[in-house]
Amino acid sequence: MEAEKKSFQKKPFNLIKWAKSRKGQQVLICVGFMIIPLLLLFVFTYLPFEEMVRFSFYKMKYGTPREKWQFVGWKNYIDVFTRDDCFGALKLSLYYVVGAILQLVLALYLATILSFKVKGGNFFKGLMFFPYLISGIAIGFIFKFFYTRGFVFDTILQWLGFELDNLPYWLKDQSINNWSLVATSVWRYFGQNMVLFIGAIMSVDKEMYEAAELDGANGFQQFIHIILPSIRTIVTLNVILSITGSLSAFEPPYVITSGANGTGTYFVIMNEIAHVSQKVGLASAMAVVLLLIIFAATIAQKLIMKYLFRNANETDEIKHKKRVKA
Amino acid sequence: MEKKKIKIKHRSVGGWIWVVVKYFSLIFFSFCAVLPVVSCVITAFKSDAEYQSTNVMTLPSSWTFDNFVRAFETAHMGRAFLNSLIVMVFVLIGAILVGTQLAYVLNRFKVPGNGLIRNLFLFASLLPAVAMQVTVYKIMGNLGFINHLYGYIIMMMGTDIISVYIFIQFMENIPVSLDESAIIDGASYFQIYWKIILPLLQPAIVTSAILKGVNTYNEYYSASLYLQDQNIRTIALSLYTFTGPLGNRYNLICAGVIISLLPALIVFIICQKQIYSGITAGAVKG
Repeated sequence: MEAEKKSFQKKPFNLIKWAKSRKGQQVLICVGFMIIPLLLLFVFTYLPFEEMVRFSFYKMKYGTPREKWQFVGWKNYIDVFTRDDCFGALKLSLYYVVGAILQLVLALYLATILSFKVKGGNFFKGLMFFPYLISGIAIGFIFKFFYTRGFVFDTILQWLGFELDNLPYWLKDQSINNWSLVATSVWRYFGQNMVLFIGAIMSVDKEMYEAAELDGANGFQQFIHIILPSIRTIVTLNVILSITGSLSAFEPPYVITSGANGTGTYFVIMNEIAHVSQKVGLASAMAVVLLLIIFAATIAQKLIMKYLFRNANETDEIKHKKRVKA
Repeated sequence: MEKKKIKIKHRSVGGWIWVVVKYFSLIFFSFCAVLPVVSCVITAFKSDAEYQSTNVMTLPSSWTFDNFVRAFETAHMGRAFLNSLIVMVFVLIGAILVGTQLAYVLNRFKVPGNGLIRNLFLFASLLPAVAMQVTVYKIMGNLGFINHLYGYIIMMMGTDIISVYIFIQFMENIPVSLDESAIIDGASYFQIYWKIILPLLQPAIVTSAILKGVNTYNEYYSASLYLQDQNIRTIALSLYTFTGPLGNRYNLICAGVIISLLPALIVFIICQKQIYSGITAGAVKG
């Protein structure tokens, strides 16, 4: 009884003491430092995510009051797969997948060149990287200008001996305009990919090249046997990232053609449905479908990486032995 | 010395072809990278008359700055630069404070759910921003954040996992014994963060600030949704002025584009190294 009373009396006192103790301070600092990032994360990521899933079952606009939302079940999802403009647009991402793969090959090639001693290497690297730092909207204007009939691109081709009459309208002609847009995306990102690969190649042990050179390996052999195995993780990662990136291709068509003449990718259509026609439910369903595809791709990526690199440790050991021998 | 000899010997016919191919590739792709921008610069310096009468790739006979002045005025770029500056200052300060604090807690304390929190951020980075704006737009509306700079700033401040990873990675190399000796000297945890960790994190902060800064400066999709009033437009948005009736006056448009990318160019020239290391650090972990 006595003891209980004591502890009861002690409690408020303890709280202050607790706050001053190491343990209490730890808790306070943890809570204090994490509350803002977690709040931001909740409000701008998880709350919208939850709403997106919920909205996708309703027919509604942004301004519609809660009680007037119309529950439509799976109809929005059925629409996503049956409306021509929605699901058909996903096919366009195949163009961007092809572009992304070309971009990675190009970036890897240039990164390999720049990783060895090259005169003016930093200068070239800078020139090729700079497009990454230009805003999407500026790129839009630059390429509208670039592709306009008789302007920059046509002029260059005429210098090379092409006749203007034989050249297509780069942004209007449906057989070519998607490739024109994909090219702008490759132009913007190949330098960034290249810098990334250079970083990975530079982290390879320099002794390996020296040993290989002593063994008489030429540049190509060095590339196949040293560079490629050491950076395969980052290459695979980027291949898969670029596929998910291609699914969500948005900026080139949005800023250059506004999705006209059959260039509207999935997100361009979704943006239009959400913010112009205000079919929020349908747009949410589109977003959810794409998210599911991206998650599937990400899980597949994890599995593929595991499968591809299950022997990674073994080969590392062999390499190590080789190095010791050399 | 001996090595050099070997190299010279090795440079056979094949070696020379490789050298030619190598430099040809570099020059060709660098040319491709700069051509669109260079053509823009050429056109930006042409007077109206010259723009209409000559081919876009012909150099102007007299270089004029008129287009730059006119573009700057028509698009209200002075105001837009100020807005971009305000947004960047607040977003960067906010994001760095929030990001380093989160990294400090995750790295130095055994927080319950540490792994879960990291995964929550990682998962968030998988969600494409354009898709999220469908519903973020509604939330921004409910919060009364639309058409206010502060709303846009708060939204942009959300920490991205990449900078948190950069901070954590860096913090792992700051010895915990520093913290411990500070504790013995009677420092509180906040003082340790503020006086020891934050100053030591400086290189990582510079790296991630430059990356985030460039991204914020160039961001325009959410800006176009949330900053519609003329006087709160950022630089990227001010370029929208050139759509519509001005849409075919490319000498003016190009001047506007060049003005808008100058700050990025200057930052790039000064901080190349940090930008490159930021890209590599972010990619390897992310």
